[in-house]
Amino acid sequence: MQADWPMLSVLVWLPIAAGLLLLTVGDRSPGFGRWLGLAASVATFLASVVLWRDFDRGVAAMQFVERVPWIGAFNAWYHLGVDGISMPLIVLTAFITPLVFIAGWTVIEKRPLQYFAAFLVLEGLMIGVFAALDALLFYVLWEAMLIPMFVIIGVWGGARRVYATIKFFLYTFLGSVLMLVALVYLYLKGGSYAIADLQAMPLSMREQTLIFLAFLVAFAVKVPMWPVHTWLPDAHVEAPTGGSVILAAIMLKMGGYGFLRFSLPIAPDASRELDWLIIGMSLIAVVYIGLVALVQQDMKKLIAYSSIAHMGFVTLGAFAAFQIVRVTGNTDGAAMGLDGAMVQMISHGLISAALFFCVGVLYDRMHSRQIGDYGGVVNTMPVFAAFMVLFAMANSGLPGTSGFVGEFLVVLSSFRASFWYAFLAATTLILGAAYTLWLVKRVVFGPIGNDHVAELTDLNGREFLVLGVLAASVLLLGLWPAPLLDVMRPTIEQLVQQMMVTKL
Amino acid sequence: MNPAIITRLDLMLASPEIVLLSATCVILLADLFLDDRQRWQTFTLSLAALAGTAWVTARTGVDVRTVGWAGTYVSDPLGSLLKLVACGTVAVAFLYAYGYLQKRGLLKGEFFVLGLFALLGIMVLVSANSLVTIYLGVELLALSLYAMVAFHRESGTAAEAAIKYFVLGSIASGALLYGISMIYGVTGTLELGKVSQAVATLGPNQIGLLFGLAFVIVGVAFKFGAVPFHMWVPDVYHGAPTPVTLFLSSAPKLASFALAFRLLVEGLGGLHAGWQDMLVVVSVLSMALGNVVAIAQTNLKRMLAYSTISHVGFILLGILAGTSEGYQSALYYTITYVIMSVGGFGMIILLSRAGFEADTLDDFKGLNARSPWFAAVMLMLMFSMAGVPPFVGFWAKLVVIQSVLRIGSLWLAVVAVAFSVIGAYYYLHVVKLMYFDEPDERRALEGGGALRFVLSVNGLAVLVLGLYPGLMLALCATVLP
Repeated sequence: MQADWPMLSVLVWLPIAAGLLLLTVGDRSPGFGRWLGLAASVATFLASVVLWRDFDRGVAAMQFVERVPWIGAFNAWYHLGVDGISMPLIVLTAFITPLVFIAGWTVIEKRPLQYFAAFLVLEGLMIGVFAALDALLFYVLWEAMLIPMFVIIGVWGGARRVYATIKFFLYTFLGSVLMLVALVYLYLKGGSYAIADLQAMPLSMREQTLIFLAFLVAFAVKVPMWPVHTWLPDAHVEAPTGGSVILAAIMLKMGGYGFLRFSLPIAPDASRELDWLIIGMSLIAVVYIGLVALVQQDMKKLIAYSSIAHMGFVTLGAFAAFQIVRVTGNTDGAAMGLDGAMVQMISHGLISAALFFCVGVLYDRMHSRQIGDYGGVVNTMPVFAAFMVLFAMANSGLPGTSGFVGEFLVVLSSFRASFWYAFLAATTLILGAAYTLWLVKRVVFGPIGNDHVAELTDLNGREFLVLGVLAASVLLLGLWPAPLLDVMRPTIEQLVQQMMVTKL
Repeated sequence: MNPAIITRLDLMLASPEIVLLSATCVILLADLFLDDRQRWQTFTLSLAALAGTAWVTARTGVDVRTVGWAGTYVSDPLGSLLKLVACGTVAVAFLYAYGYLQKRGLLKGEFFVLGLFALLGIMVLVSANSLVTIYLGVELLALSLYAMVAFHRESGTAAEAAIKYFVLGSIASGALLYGISMIYGVTGTLELGKVSQAVATLGPNQIGLLFGLAFVIVGVAFKFGAVPFHMWVPDVYHGAPTPVTLFLSSAPKLASFALAFRLLVEGLGGLHAGWQDMLVVVSVLSMALGNVVAIAQTNLKRMLAYSTISHVGFILLGILAGTSEGYQSALYYTITYVIMSVGGFGMIILLSRAGFEADTLDDFKGLNARSPWFAAVMLMLMFSMAGVPPFVGFWAKLVVIQSVLRIGSLWLAVVAVAFSVIGAYYYLHVVKLMYFDEPDERRALEGGGALRFVLSVNGLAVLVLGLYPGLMLALCATVLP
């Protein structure tokens, strides 16, 4: 369906334009700037709601397509469009950003307008990454996104922010440049940067393997997968609350999205041959990182490791598909694994955002992230404790919350691939419950730990709004995931087809 | 063709140079009658001379390659483009320099006259079609630059830098001349077109030619400042007054590109296999050393010097591909680099004031608190140099990588991107200082209105050319079909 309005361009450029406007306002009138930023992000969210409403759920083809010549010399186009995989992620992005604004409303004291401007620019770039149908455009946005995040962590972060942000930048930059080499190679072979053309291009096994590995480095760093995950705990711990939220909720999803959009359809044969590699790395992430999370003393670090473990589910669900087809001979289970991966991405986006907001609420009051500094928060902050418990339950995959749906689908489908995959994956339900609930036990329950905790005040209206909206969406998605699954279905089925057809 | 007769065509081909030379001589004379307070007139006249030269260049530009002056001189679209960019770059360099020189009592007519003579050298080199014309251009440029580096007479470091530059530069010129003499000895001609024919008949394995080639490569690599002929770059960049460093790092790089293109491609294209191997070594070493050593620098001028070395590695990478796509990418990279480089040194000039050079990295601490806009300009320049989209530096790296992949050198492409990741570190470090650290002092920036305006345009150009790179890419493709 062709919209009258270039909806996707609005989604990309509205926040960027608003961000640049905020920069020109400077810090002269912070009140006006904040409202302007909030208005822009809410408007972007409303536009994404229109996108969700007008999306045609019956077809797998790209929708809301815009295609304008961009760089003649490279045959590169300003080419945007969404399908069932990218559209939910765009809505998620547009949904989380206003919450970041509300949460940081008065908390950010140092150059608040630059902070909000950076998030607005970042939002536009992230939406662009999900909407880009031209690989060169995708790459440009993918890299450009690093700049605002680099600044956000570096300016508004914690004590070791410089180390964390440079590590973050260099890790992701190194991964990305190899992807660039692969994309240029594909362009030279096919003469086009259109992702659809790259997906259709026949490639030899050797080419596919090299391209697959180049993509793997780029996306594995972003997801992040074990063993290239080490930037994430540092970045999360040092980032301001909003930065952690965006990082966990959206940026990690780009790695998963990259696997679904690039690795699987462009190099299906190499993906089939090397699926053991991804599955192995995913299972290590699920089990080993889960154990690592158990021993953390820092709340943000714990949630960061939990993110890595949960993202392991995404890659597992996506790559178990080949084994499922090998074992069962049909593609139904494969589609279920991919469904699970996608639901897990959305759900983790909501839950991890909520948990980081919770930590932010505590941090703003106590200026400590150490678990040992808390204890018995429930006595002074009962409403907050209720939210924290809900999100912890969701994080450990309690039925009725969104966390359950994704993990259940992935575990169920990996059963069809191999009992041991499912066995190892299911340990996360135990480990996840262990580290999350133990965190809650130590922070929220028990007697009041110290005088500082005794002086805590409960949530204010602003914080209640943010956590309340997130709680509602976590429950909604957990109880009634069908609308999301319906949106994705045709696209996932098409993706499974692409994965199963050899390109040799 | 009778060499004694100068035709109308000859005059037309060389008209930009003739205009520039006449104007420079007039300025040289006029400057004698001005005292220090009237020196702005020299400045204005110089800008007028540049505008006039650019206008004549644009007017007399030819669509097809035309040779004149008995085969020693050539005019082609590539030459016109390079000359126009060089005129613009020199004008920007003068604009950046004016306030700086004025505040330090250095505002002498010589600076502008030497700059114009250097430009004349660049233009002669760009239009050279004979080995002797090439040498003439190289020397005119080099001698002007030596004098410009030594221009601040009371500065010991500047004098030291100038001597270093002069001694090493003379050796390189000697090597270049030696190589040229060998090529002349073997081929029996000085004209590049005939050299090319002779090389084709002699074949690529003629030992005398290969010897000559090796010496020519030394000369070219020295003028570019590529490893292992880079020793002069950091010392000279550091020692020279900042406006001179700015000048040195920008327009002469266009000349170096022209030197490499005229000599290696138009003259010795038949020896491509030979110079390709040599340039691979030079280019990889430049990227490696430039990027790694830059990390350890505390002086911004030295850091940018090493960064230049690494950029040169990329330019050579494009040239060594040996395809027209490769030459286009090298040209595009050179122009892009010039834009970024003048911006980077322009920022140093902006931050400096009388008695304070602002050339150490720490002087950029907390710039965001002092001037958010110019911190943003520097941020754009740094990310552009690092090759991060959407800035123009990314496209320059992309086209070079593309042309290297096209000739099947996957490993070279991977090496290039790996070193640019290493290089990203020190650019990020500058951004870190500006944004994440608190300033040691909160003085407002001093630079004048013109400097601020041009620098802002410079910074925005990096962004705009990066968002819409098609125009300049198409231009490079037109002049180098």
